[in-house]
Amino acid sequence: MAEKNMVEAINDAMLEEMKRDPRVMLLGEDVGGGGVFRATQGLRDEFGPDRCFDTPLAESAIIGVAIGASLNGIVPIAEIQFADFIHPAMDQIVSEAARLRYRSNGGWGCPITVRAPYGSGIHGGPYHSQSIEAIYGHVPGLKVVCVATPYDAKGLLKSAIRDPDPVLFLEHKRAYRLYRQDLPDDDFTVPIGEAEVKREGSDITLITYGMMMHHSLKAAETAQDEDGASVEVIDLRTISPLDKKTVLKSVEKTGKALVVYEDNLTGGFGAEVAAIIAQEAFEFLDGPVTRVASPDVPISPYAGVLEEYLLPNPEKIAKAIRDLAAY
Amino acid sequence: MVTVKDMPGILGLTDSQSLDIYYKMVLSRAASARQRVLQRMGKGSITYSGEGHEATQVGTAYALTPGHDWIFTYYRDVGVVLTIGMTARDVLMAFFARKEDISSGGRNMPSHFSHPKLRIVSEGAPVATQLPHAVGTAFAGKLRGLDEVSMVWFGDGATSKGDCHEAMNFAGVHKLPVVFVCENNQYAISVHWTKQMAVENVAVRAQGYGFPGVTVDGNDVLAVYRAAKEAVERARRGDGPTFIEAKTYRLVPHSSDDDDRRYRSSEEVEEWSEKDPIPRFQAYLEGHGLLDEKTRDELTKKAAEEVDAATEYAENAPLPDPETALRHVFAEEEVA
Repeated sequence: MAEKNMVEAINDAMLEEMKRDPRVMLLGEDVGGGGVFRATQGLRDEFGPDRCFDTPLAESAIIGVAIGASLNGIVPIAEIQFADFIHPAMDQIVSEAARLRYRSNGGWGCPITVRAPYGSGIHGGPYHSQSIEAIYGHVPGLKVVCVATPYDAKGLLKSAIRDPDPVLFLEHKRAYRLYRQDLPDDDFTVPIGEAEVKREGSDITLITYGMMMHHSLKAAETAQDEDGASVEVIDLRTISPLDKKTVLKSVEKTGKALVVYEDNLTGGFGAEVAAIIAQEAFEFLDGPVTRVASPDVPISPYAGVLEEYLLPNPEKIAKAIRDLAAY
Repeated sequence: MVTVKDMPGILGLTDSQSLDIYYKMVLSRAASARQRVLQRMGKGSITYSGEGHEATQVGTAYALTPGHDWIFTYYRDVGVVLTIGMTARDVLMAFFARKEDISSGGRNMPSHFSHPKLRIVSEGAPVATQLPHAVGTAFAGKLRGLDEVSMVWFGDGATSKGDCHEAMNFAGVHKLPVVFVCENNQYAISVHWTKQMAVENVAVRAQGYGFPGVTVDGNDVLAVYRAAKEAVERARRGDGPTFIEAKTYRLVPHSSDDDDRRYRSSEEVEEWSEKDPIPRFQAYLEGHGLLDEKTRDELTKKAAEEVDAATEYAENAPLPDPETALRHVFAEEEVA
């Protein structure tokens, strides 16, 4: 066992996968020098500049070239420096990577992993803070993963690299160095498409992912201590395909559902989760399916006071738990 | 502008290869024309034609090694895929959107070709997205030490797209074995090339990416073939990309939904019909004693028969099973 933070766990996952499989390579902006978050630290020294490859500053080409390389015996990990900058590559991700298998009737596949740090809480301003998972989680043919713990990050990144289809792998940047966790020395994976109950409870089901999972765990402790409310916290980990089974099973037990996400409220991925619960667990519900999310303004303004005002935090989540518990 | 007046032999083509090129052009024309007729008969929703582009398409594709080199086409490239090894039946199966359509099983529009064994990569409809893919296969080939070449075709409109710039820059920086072929037919649907670019020959842009660009008469199949052959050889020996601009003209509307009388004169179409690449190559072959009337008629008849048989087969082939519309979103487990 070794103690690792999330960014180190991600680095280890790539190191181990590149050692395991000579077809795996990494490409992106500044990845050779270790990347702006140091996620690719040491990989160029270990594998050389061809396998830890500095591309021109051109997001569409990074993804487009990765798609092409994946057709010709390479297993590419494409890094987009910030999720906020992925939009020029949307055509390549949505129209090409995600549709290639379908439109060719299974004739071609596209085994690429697109890594991108996302999320706010680091004073990143409106262009280093965005949550993009709902935009891409809407796209058939694309898997979308949101990680926030070292163990999940390492295990899910390995699964993504080994997956035969394109995976958008979103790493919450506020969670990169949040804490350390003991990780097994042996190879392990976490399956894509499986949520995890991070805290068991009986009164309310709280469904979340990303940095909000950490805030939700804190809020759940507060609710337990102060109000005696028992909150079950589910970390979705994968947005698409969504693990409905784990969500519905818990809601059937508790009868109350609180969905917490960092993205803007309207059309955020939590809205889909809420709709599924409303449709498929209606008769188990004992209160309104409730959402806690950021208001519909661009997330996040740079000044700390503005950012904190907008984002969900443990206090806001605890209040929502209290209200729902009292319903 | 490069033109070739040499014998095909000087280009390394045997007599039978020259006739094969001619036949591919004739077959391509017949396949396009047939689809237009079938569409008018209500047998398909839409067609895209390659008519007028045959010299450009067959001439470039003929310089490649089928099944070894990588093919990235756009919707006009029926002549490319027929040259690489797809059949008229494959083309018509896509037109009729049949179950066994190799390109997409009826999922993609007609003329959006794919053939994995021939390394013809499935094409989408957004313009220029295939250029970075061609750079990507070339990049992989270089990393893996292979001698494969990627060739990518696109229209003049595509040169305005960001993906065109990003792909050419990437290929130039890393000297990748990729050949960019711009089929400049002077119109992006209705928009004239003068509203698309501020240079007379878009091939000059290649210089800005650090590799050669050449403008050829896209209706002269031997000139096109020569440029492509040089570009492919250059790529294969590790000297990097080439941009080929082939000036040509589509003799019919953009698609079966387009009325080209809105934006170009009948005089202009007439003028370019006189430069039709097929009679032109035919005259060349006849002038050099490589083709006589009998052989010409035989080849024309052979192409017509091939398209007839393809049409009959495809029209009677089964449709996709409706419930298969849910399949192939993701990789499926192998069924034993």
